[in-house]
Amino acid sequence: MIEIIPDREGQVLRKGDGDKSAPMVCDKKSTAGSVSQRACVFCGSRVVLYPISDALHVVHGPVGCAAYTWDIRGSLSSGAQINRNSFSTDLREMDVIYGGEKKLTAALRQLIDRYHPNAAFVYSTCIVGVIGDDVEAVCRTVAAEKGIPVIPVHSEGFKGTKKDGYRAACEAVATLLGTGSTEGIKPHSINILGDFNLAGETWIIRDYYERMGIQVVTCITGDAKIEDIRRAHGAKLNLVQCSGSMTHLAKMMEEKYGIPYKRASYFGIEDMSAALYDTAKFFSDDPTIMERAQNLVREEVGKIYPQLQAYREELQGKKAAIYVGGSFKAFSLVRALRLIGMQTAVVGSQTGGKEDYEQLAEICDPGTIIVDDSNPLELAKFVLEKDVDLFIGGVKERPIAYKLGVAFCDHNHERKEPLAGYLGMLNFAKEVYSSVMSPVWQFVPRRRLQHQHSAFVTTPVKKQHPVDPCTQTLEEK
Amino acid sequence: MSNAIPAAVSACASCNSLDCNPGTCSSRNSESDSETLSVASPIETIAAPFSASADDITAATRNACKVCTPLGACLAFRGIEGTIPLLHGSQGCSTYIRRYLISHFREPIDIASSNFTEDTAVFGGASNFKTAVKNIRRQYQPEMIAVATTCLSETIGEDMNRLFHEYMSENWEEGHPQMIHVSTASYRGTHIDGFHAAVRSAVEALAVTGTRSRRINLFPGMVSAEDLRYLKQILTDFGLPYTLLPDYSETMDGESWAEYEKLPSGGTPIKAIQATGSAQLSIEFGLTLRGSKTAASFLEERFGVPYRPLGLPVGLRETDAFFELLGTASGRTVPSKYRQERGRLVDALVDGHKYVFGIRAIVYGEEDLVVGLAAFLLEIGVEPVLCASGGESGKLAEAIEAVRATPARKSAARMEIRSGVDFAQIAEQAEELKPDFLIGNSKGYKIARKLNIPLIRVGFPIHDRIGGQRVQHIGYRGAQQLFDQIVNALLERKQELSEVGYSYL
Repeated sequence: MIEIIPDREGQVLRKGDGDKSAPMVCDKKSTAGSVSQRACVFCGSRVVLYPISDALHVVHGPVGCAAYTWDIRGSLSSGAQINRNSFSTDLREMDVIYGGEKKLTAALRQLIDRYHPNAAFVYSTCIVGVIGDDVEAVCRTVAAEKGIPVIPVHSEGFKGTKKDGYRAACEAVATLLGTGSTEGIKPHSINILGDFNLAGETWIIRDYYERMGIQVVTCITGDAKIEDIRRAHGAKLNLVQCSGSMTHLAKMMEEKYGIPYKRASYFGIEDMSAALYDTAKFFSDDPTIMERAQNLVREEVGKIYPQLQAYREELQGKKAAIYVGGSFKAFSLVRALRLIGMQTAVVGSQTGGKEDYEQLAEICDPGTIIVDDSNPLELAKFVLEKDVDLFIGGVKERPIAYKLGVAFCDHNHERKEPLAGYLGMLNFAKEVYSSVMSPVWQFVPRRRLQHQHSAFVTTPVKKQHPVDPCTQTLEEK
Repeated sequence: MSNAIPAAVSACASCNSLDCNPGTCSSRNSESDSETLSVASPIETIAAPFSASADDITAATRNACKVCTPLGACLAFRGIEGTIPLLHGSQGCSTYIRRYLISHFREPIDIASSNFTEDTAVFGGASNFKTAVKNIRRQYQPEMIAVATTCLSETIGEDMNRLFHEYMSENWEEGHPQMIHVSTASYRGTHIDGFHAAVRSAVEALAVTGTRSRRINLFPGMVSAEDLRYLKQILTDFGLPYTLLPDYSETMDGESWAEYEKLPSGGTPIKAIQATGSAQLSIEFGLTLRGSKTAASFLEERFGVPYRPLGLPVGLRETDAFFELLGTASGRTVPSKYRQERGRLVDALVDGHKYVFGIRAIVYGEEDLVVGLAAFLLEIGVEPVLCASGGESGKLAEAIEAVRATPARKSAARMEIRSGVDFAQIAEQAEELKPDFLIGNSKGYKIARKLNIPLIRVGFPIHDRIGGQRVQHIGYRGAQQLFDQIVNALLERKQELSEVGYSYL
């Protein structure tokens, strides 16, 4: 029997069971011992900044943080790929005792000389926050010496949650804004914020906007180069996709450069189309933009609709669980699933905000479980309770689903298939379909009562340790 | 937490003499194999750092050929029955380690965290620790909570002995899970050091004295789940009661579930760890562990359990040494099943010898795996032109010397042995060495891709293929699989490069 930790009870909501007035508890540190699926501040910063491919990314700390994150993203670059390396100051005991500043300085000098980046980001890890290295001073020195921006990122793991890491990343990006020329930027121009060009998604989205006659100045940070970021302040509108990570930057840009921002999502037909129409509306001074948007949507939807209908026929009525990093993506997924006939029974995120969860509750069906900062035991419990046919999540959720014999769709930063845009919707449906309809589920224990030969059917008792004279028990001959 | 126990003096694996240098032991070869000779090898070994321009980057690690200590500790603890690892530190450590392990094993691995905050970092982790233990007990009902301290808690000087003591004095009750601790600051050593330290900490905390039994303690090191299953079969076939620690053969490569198993079944029973103190013998794989404080050295020191270090049994000769030792310990001859496996292996080595002779390989990974693979490659005629590891035990070259007994040819390529290197350095050197294939974990893929040569995926992690946990490395069967894989990869390469496109090789 799996129960919810009392400290976390407010972070689980069942839509429609009585106390609707009780707001969802969120935005709090994970409870110790809860096996949260969240990572840390460093993770938040890294997720945002690493796609900048012509920059050097140096993780200042012991080797782990850099090693675990070596080239794990699916963020593609059209040019430099320095970011696909893992650089660490690999601090040792003596560095911890005497301080890591010297080593960091030397590392930056050597790496900049070798890789010729256009900027360097220096990520502070937990330990740097404790030993008190003056990372800012080191960055200033090296920047002056090498003539490129060397930007400290305050991402000490324990100083908050992943969201604080996003914030630190936004602050780092902000130091570059306004330092480049805005020449050639047209009146109908945007920045795409919070898309990371996973499997080339930024390129898909960029193409749509360009077909509408809108100039995409910069994507922060999908396929971004330092020069692009320097001139991003010249755009007329910011479109914020991953709102959890990028709203802070959008607000800063609004304040400093007067650039308004809008939320956008590129997952699913509805949200993708809404994003294009919203942008067209913003540039209403040129009605041909809206016209082109409508044509584009018609054309793109027409291309994928027949195939989606085919998937829908067979997926109709199946149930899904969603657990993702940011909650904004969850809305789109709920709608995208609906489009292919599937119902969302469980939905949650690592770092959703109060408003996000309220909105989620609005769009979900009664009985849906909504959860913040969940853990493997809870997720397993919900999956079994709702008897879902599909789980949408990331690397850490995948084995939970598979172990329990549930289909799975990878909707994370490692993905190798684009899931954004119209093409992405088709890919998404195809991936869901290929997992849900696989014949392998008939063999898993969850379904075996219907399918297994009686010779294999055992009462579901906890498996015994193998019994033979030489096992690791105390009975010795 | 470890006490100041002096390094154990270990006996030579071949002659059991405490004074013997295993690398030059005269018993080693005469005992094991009549088909090889023991000749001091004239092959030049370079243990000094590579001196090309590649080493102008000295202050940074680029694409590390290692990960951090707590990962090894978590994996080892996961191989103890009913045990959940608890990382005392930041949330991120637990999450990153989980995902790294999941991507290799493709199994759930729940690792709890005490989830430090800024306050914790200033005032200490006592309160978080207590909350964590309380929540873990409630959620998981474990038999044991195994605590590993990360770089953060180590650096703020968390006194775990006091913390344990305080916690226990307030919370001890009948049925409370066992609690053990290992210190795994990530600025000290690599994942393999964390692994061995965790194994030692379990034995230190749990082993008890008793009447000497026939039991064998086997500390296999960080091998695959398939390797562990094979080892259990071997010990069973020799009729030996044993403690295999750790044993994640089921916990990290288990069956499909009907219900979520909070703590997957399997793992070394705690009782079996307690019994290690009264065993007849400890066997520990890993020649680079010599002189280190390990589980086996502790048991020898504290309980007088004799300690036999062996090389990781990769390849024929190292496996022979293992089987001989089991024969002696059990008083039985090697079961026919294994004699047949050995016979088939020799037969296969003959069948395929021409394909591998003189072929140049780069081998990398954890030091003891590199030692084992080097032993194997040398005995089949492959020339390991570079043996590289991110580990820094300082004993890699010595250990490779100890397993190298194949008579050397005068024309053989120079073998370089490098410790403390990263993948960027290996890549730079590979350009010059022009190897025919790489053998190691999947992180070498980029080098193989650049050089357009095969990569034989072994060890940990294998993140770009399925079944990494089922790769068998050790024993005759492991050698057989490695050999087939290497030969076939070379044949495939040859076929691909051939203009003729021979379909009959």
